[in-house]
Amino acid sequence: MSFKSFIDNFHSKVIEKNSMVLTAGILAVVSIGGIIEIAPLFYLDSTIEEVEGVRPYSPLELMGRDIYIREGCYNCHSQMIRPLRDEVERYGHYSLAAESMYDHPFQWGSKRTGPDLARLGGKYSDEWHRDHMRDPRSVVPESVMPPYARLEHNPLEFEGVVGPRMAALRVVGVPYSDEMIAEAEADLRGQLDPYSDRYEVLGERYHGAPLRDFDGNPDVISELDALIAYMQILGTMVDFSTYEPEAAENLR
Amino acid sequence: MQSKRTGFDASALAVGAICVLGLLWSIVTAAHGADALMRGQAWLIAAGFIVGLIMLVGHYGDGGLKENPREYSETIVKYGTIASMFWAVAGLLVGVIIAAQISFPNFLYFPDFPFTNFGRLRPLHTSAVIFAFGGNVLLATSFYVVQRTCRTRLVGGVWSWFVFWGYQFFIVIAATGYLIGITQSKEYAEPEWYADIWLTLVWVVYLLVFLATLAKRKEPHIYVANWFYLAFIVTIALLHVVNNLAVPVSFFGSRSYSAFAGVQDALTQWWYGHNAVGFFLTAGFLAIMYYFIPKRAERPVFSYRLSIVHFWSLIFIYIWAGPHHLHYTALPEWAQTLGMTFSIMLWMPSWGGMINGLMTLSGAWDKLRTDPVIRMLVVSVAFYGMSTFEGPVMSIRAVNSLSHYTDWTIGHVHSGALGWVGFISFGAIYCLVPWLWKRKGMFSRALIEWHFWLATLGILFYICAMWVSGILQGLWWKTYNDLGFLEYSFVDTVEAMHPFYIIRMLGGVLYLAGALIMVYNVYKTIRGEVKASEDVAHHQPAAIDQPAE
Repeated sequence: MSFKSFIDNFHSKVIEKNSMVLTAGILAVVSIGGIIEIAPLFYLDSTIEEVEGVRPYSPLELMGRDIYIREGCYNCHSQMIRPLRDEVERYGHYSLAAESMYDHPFQWGSKRTGPDLARLGGKYSDEWHRDHMRDPRSVVPESVMPPYARLEHNPLEFEGVVGPRMAALRVVGVPYSDEMIAEAEADLRGQLDPYSDRYEVLGERYHGAPLRDFDGNPDVISELDALIAYMQILGTMVDFSTYEPEAAENLR
Repeated sequence: MQSKRTGFDASALAVGAICVLGLLWSIVTAAHGADALMRGQAWLIAAGFIVGLIMLVGHYGDGGLKENPREYSETIVKYGTIASMFWAVAGLLVGVIIAAQISFPNFLYFPDFPFTNFGRLRPLHTSAVIFAFGGNVLLATSFYVVQRTCRTRLVGGVWSWFVFWGYQFFIVIAATGYLIGITQSKEYAEPEWYADIWLTLVWVVYLLVFLATLAKRKEPHIYVANWFYLAFIVTIALLHVVNNLAVPVSFFGSRSYSAFAGVQDALTQWWYGHNAVGFFLTAGFLAIMYYFIPKRAERPVFSYRLSIVHFWSLIFIYIWAGPHHLHYTALPEWAQTLGMTFSIMLWMPSWGGMINGLMTLSGAWDKLRTDPVIRMLVVSVAFYGMSTFEGPVMSIRAVNSLSHYTDWTIGHVHSGALGWVGFISFGAIYCLVPWLWKRKGMFSRALIEWHFWLATLGILFYICAMWVSGILQGLWWKTYNDLGFLEYSFVDTVEAMHPFYIIRMLGGVLYLAGALIMVYNVYKTIRGEVKASEDVAHHQPAAIDQPAE
């Protein structure tokens, strides 16, 4: 059948005369691309690299991440360093898929009105972050970032909140154990106190999570405590000394 | 046949039941919600359902909706047209505000009022212009076009009103949510799970109303504009449902977590995000092109066969293009390459559509000079051609390594949004208003000219500023000095953006001014103050049994 007769016969006499055939045709045609591109990512082993160190967020970091999302930080900050010379020199090792394997949803971002934050952790002191959140232009005069001065005064709403959030994350695949969820609130308080009796438990459960008061005010568990705890862990989990980018299982 | 009242039928009962169920959920949530944000917003949602019930009782206490099978259903199109203009002004205004904020950060941030922060207002801007303005234009025009091209009355009665008011309700839930800090942080899909479920319900009803009207048509063939509307409605439903799959922390709480994580979530999101462009902002508005340009130019569509090729190739290829948003990221390279290949191929169907739209003017090119509405529609298609060329260029990995993360992307989006989507919508509104309110034409042709030129100038300011700032940013980030060190710190590039941010803001002000002029012009037209010598809209048949279009 030539193209012309296809149009004259099939399209004008069948498709254009049956809304159900048209609807089915549309559904079929728009499904193909998505299935071929997205579905393999869920079963191809090579999609996510094999690395040491990536762990679920601690309860405090998780609450901080939710504040990061609430304030829309992703609108101006990416968390995805591309393997390009300038980016690697400016921000650090390029981002791995493994580093966001517990990020529901991902925070890669699409725009750098501000700098990339994928390896922000440990780059600045807590005091710097505190000043920067109060008034970004006090530490970076050219900055266009909004101030978030209220965060240090807002008490963190975590009681009865953080446990269920971790339970929901477990449903979508984050490996939180029953103990982690049951003791979430104690762990959250413990992370803010370097002398707490949870020191060893936290070290085991949330390897490398910094244990200290982040916002400079030990009397109040504030939203700023959580946000800085989250920012200080960004990009620090993977042990790059054991990562082999050229190993067969990491070539993608 | 006289118009008659529908009475309190099963449909009214079902809509009432939906409102009552929604009200029950929101009252329980307001009292016992899992988090403070949810408890706060639940009051607003409850108020919305109460308003819905009052409207329902108001209409049906009076005997039900008026249905005259001989007449087209036009009141709903009028509502959609007004809503489009309202949301256009609101969305553009928020855009100007956030453009001003990053131009003058010392004056326009108020830390004591977190809802004024850029991070919360930016999604408000994007959702207001895309989904509130664009969505209402698509609702209004699709309800108009499907009736006219099928020569039948809109099917569904109260259900079509459910779609209209349900959609406005969704916009209000989403927008107030962003302001108080409820978001799932997926770009252009920020509303949380309960708003998503509500939109899914509204959208399925929209699809059913549209399909039922198609099924009742008196014309043997389904007109090409309706293929595009149908592809838009069907595909948006698919994208919306898959991308928003999430597990709520509580059925009475605001927070949910995406079913996907990291790399899979990223590709699902940009499969959605790019096809929100492809099917919401492209396919839907191409339907407008295929109806309003031939109508206004009084010429048939250039090529029937090109329409067919355009339609099927566009919807097939678009869906693959998402990965070009993730070049050089941790997305596997095979997916990036596939996405790039299809993005470049997408140039062809896009330009096929552009040619079909532009060449419809064959034999009527003189109208470009005399009719500012035709000019708006045609310039819109020209912007479509420009941004669908720019898009494939930016999807090439090497180009993307420079353009990604910069203002160039923002400029690209706005040449499409302001130039293509904005102008085709304004053109359609200028056609619709005299048809719907039975006026001889628009109140003032001169004001249409003012709108056209102010908006065009605004777009040029905007996109030129973003080209320069984007390319400058991209180049400066990659500049090395003689010793092999990076020449510029990040904040050097932020400082360099300042003048371009101001120019961009001025562009936005001009575009907003044009839209305000349109609102005034439409207001005067609806009031009936049309001068004898002014813009003349051509006649549309009033009753269904009059000859076809």
